[in-house]
Amino acid sequence: MINPIGSATRPATLVEHFEHGLDAPICLTWELTYACNLSCVHCLSSSGRRDPRELSTEQCEAVIDELRAMQVFYVNIGGGEPTVRPDFWHLLEYAVDHQVGVKFSTNGVRIDLPRARYLASTDYVDVQVSLDGATAEVNDRVRGPGSYAMALRALDNLAAAGFTDAKISVVVTRENAGQLDEFKRIADEHGATLRLTRLRPSGRGADVWDELHPTPAQQRELYDWLVRAGENVLTGDSFFHLAGFGEKLPGLNMCGAGRVVCLIDPIGDVYACPFAIHDTFLAGNVLTDGGFAEVWRTSELFRRLRAPSGGGACASCRFYDVCRGGCMAAKFFTGLPLDGPDPECVQGYGEAALADPARTVPAQRQDHSHRTRPRAAAPVPVQIGARPDPAAPPASPCAESPLAGFRVTD
Amino acid sequence: MTEILDQPWELSPSVALRPEPFGALAYHFGNRRLTFLKRRELVEVVRSLGDSPDARTALARAGVPAGRWDAYAVALRGLAQADMIRRRDTGGEER
Repeated sequence: MINPIGSATRPATLVEHFEHGLDAPICLTWELTYACNLSCVHCLSSSGRRDPRELSTEQCEAVIDELRAMQVFYVNIGGGEPTVRPDFWHLLEYAVDHQVGVKFSTNGVRIDLPRARYLASTDYVDVQVSLDGATAEVNDRVRGPGSYAMALRALDNLAAAGFTDAKISVVVTRENAGQLDEFKRIADEHGATLRLTRLRPSGRGADVWDELHPTPAQQRELYDWLVRAGENVLTGDSFFHLAGFGEKLPGLNMCGAGRVVCLIDPIGDVYACPFAIHDTFLAGNVLTDGGFAEVWRTSELFRRLRAPSGGGACASCRFYDVCRGGCMAAKFFTGLPLDGPDPECVQGYGEAALADPARTVPAQRQDHSHRTRPRAAAPVPVQIGARPDPAAPPASPCAESPLAGFRVTD
Repeated sequence: MTEILDQPWELSPSVALRPEPFGALAYHFGNRRLTFLKRRELVEVVRSLGDSPDARTALARAGVPAGRWDAYAVALRGLAQADMIRRRDTGGEER
């Protein structure tokens, strides 16, 4: 980043510009599908089953055309598991052919060696493999049986194919917060970059947040670890609520919701941020509200988010300038006021707010979770074979004929 | 330290500029770095590098006062390190 060049009148800082919103997002998250082969307990979008209203290939292409016209330089594609869409690889090519770079998040299910070779041959495509434990034991408790092996196989394939600088994306939880060095080692071994993000109480994350969000002591260790790691570890600007421990972490250190980022969901709904899939943060729809650019520029919700806001209950805190009250989605989904402290406020104001007996957690507005738990890998007690005697159908338990099941024998 | 001003430069072919109220966003599709050009004058300088025989000419064309050229040289070096701008191949013509 270029340092500001001296001037008599101090120009508005970048963050001030960003808080008023840009003409187009810097980047945006696009969940291509709610379908997923996994059922991670903390899924932000409560994914599992495909939504029948999912945007068609042509509708997705139209969104990419708009992003190109708006000069959105890259999109973070996710889901669900985006690679299970049959047109995923086509849309990937369509985007990069239209100067929209792609970083996609995957659990690795489709990253076999041929796909890894293809990805290594492209420019402008970045791959991010999700891993929530540095050991199978820790990871699979959150992401499901076999998911550690699946992610590591994808990373092995990418490394073998010569794909450089893949990302390993880790949601920091109470269970894996002690494994940060191990994660870094896995990343280094694969020529990849580690990316740590914050556990948010969004989607199914609301169900497990109480037991999985890092303890205050772990937050402190995480902060110190991030300060030591500096620019070598990515955070997607996730941890600006930790800035209250002292110095800022690398990044913009502000909530970009509706100002510099947003989310397009699989059915074309536009939300203020990837962690806020809820009617309260719904700005419009790319199909019914005149396209993505129109939603970005004219949504009433986004106009409100871009208006200057005081610090509310946090205004008098001396750390407000660095943490800016923390994460809007984390507050909303834990039932805290949006102009008050973050539930994980490092000054301890969050814990006090969470203790308020009047606090009510908002209901989720959409759920695409699998309706059944994934089948355990066990023998299926059924055999399929030829009927013993095709001439005589088996008798149904409901058959009323007095001769049901009767066979004439010679 | 200001020899960069006497050299021919241009915007890297992998870089796109997007105008914004404060200046521009510069995005490098190759190394995926995003840089904020925080002054409109700097955006103009960067845009005109390719048509100027050297960076000094681009600064003059953008109307940057000579007293600030050293500061701009620092900014241009930062952009060069991120491959946002690169030395232009002038086809071996030596002066």
